[in-house]
Amino acid sequence: MAGSMDSGLALRAPRNDERREKMVEFALPKNSRITGGTSWPKPAGATETREFKVYRWNPDDGKNPSVDTYFIDTHDCGPMVLDGLIWIKNNIDPTLTFRRSCREGVCGSCAMNIDGQNTLACTKSMHDVKDGAVKVNPLPHQPVVKDLVPDLTNFYAQYASIEPWLQTTTPTPQKEWRQSHADREKLDGLYECILCACCSTSCPSYWWNSDRYLGPAALLQANRWVKDSRDEATGERLDNLEDPFRLYRCHTILNCVKACPKGLNPAEAIAELKLKMVERQI
Amino acid sequence: MTAPNTEATRSMRTPLARVRNLGASHSGTSDFWRQRLTAVAMVLLMVPVIVVVMMLLGRNQAGAAQILGSPLVAIILLLFIIASAWHMKIGMQVVIEDYVQHETTKLVAVMANNFFSIAVALASIYAILKLSSGV
Repeated sequence: MAGSMDSGLALRAPRNDERREKMVEFALPKNSRITGGTSWPKPAGATETREFKVYRWNPDDGKNPSVDTYFIDTHDCGPMVLDGLIWIKNNIDPTLTFRRSCREGVCGSCAMNIDGQNTLACTKSMHDVKDGAVKVNPLPHQPVVKDLVPDLTNFYAQYASIEPWLQTTTPTPQKEWRQSHADREKLDGLYECILCACCSTSCPSYWWNSDRYLGPAALLQANRWVKDSRDEATGERLDNLEDPFRLYRCHTILNCVKACPKGLNPAEAIAELKLKMVERQI
Repeated sequence: MTAPNTEATRSMRTPLARVRNLGASHSGTSDFWRQRLTAVAMVLLMVPVIVVVMMLLGRNQAGAAQILGSPLVAIILLLFIIASAWHMKIGMQVVIEDYVQHETTKLVAVMANNFFSIAVALASIYAILKLSSGV
């Protein structure tokens, strides 16, 4: 199951029902099924082109999603998938909608599913997509706002729910809260998370239960604060996570580790949280 | 462009209120621990159980009762049944919680899973004790 998500199986309805279904959804709702798509002509005068197949959905035209085919002029375009998308927007189809900002893997805006793998379009080289077209879909199993833009409201609320700030009872010292080098190093591999949502939206457990399971990104962030030597709310933080759904939906599928464009290990962070849960009971 | 017509935009509850929902249940760790405990127990018991089963192969009831008459053999089998039935119950419950989202269906499924696991465990324990005590 890991990584092979380009079948569209996991792309969720833009207009999903409020009520919970009896079982998890294995097939796409009717209004989310991909039908047809426009094939745009190759750019005139281009000596070398690369094919892009891009998911399109417009909330205003009432139609089902489609996959449009574009050809970019590789001699006129940067090497990354994001360069290709920007080239398409500038030269072929200005209506193509996607998020992007820093173009260097720091902001996490351009997270999308490329060649069946969630990653950042700005750090994914189109040359690394070996066979045929570069297939670009929005992050799986999130409501789609338009084209490649997913609605991450729930994802951000889950991040807010872990209260990602330093919590202390001791009066604030005159200078800074002190931390040893060794304790600071414990945050390596956690603080680098840019909240792009590649990991959470690659996790089948998150697909089925994202309303109750916090997902790898929020749990990695939770562990970042649990491990911070300066924080005084460790117990309350663990209390807040100890739940069959919030934490224990992680079944170490490890799609999160495979997807993370920053090379982090959310699964290990979750395992550390589970270990702490056991440690304080036994 | 209109606002996306999703659960997030339709509901008047804030996204954070929906995530917090009923709060953490402060449980789950005991099941997590017991699943690992029973897994390790089954690893340790696997070899003796296979030996016992191979000894039982091809014997009639009297022969089987003789082997199971040994307290050591009977206790090994009983421990294995308890560990595996418990492990089975927790494992199946996880699968139900993963895939069954309708609350009533989930409740019924979890209940049935408990009944089934306890019935299977008790039937096996009864059979071992009956053969072991030779009545």
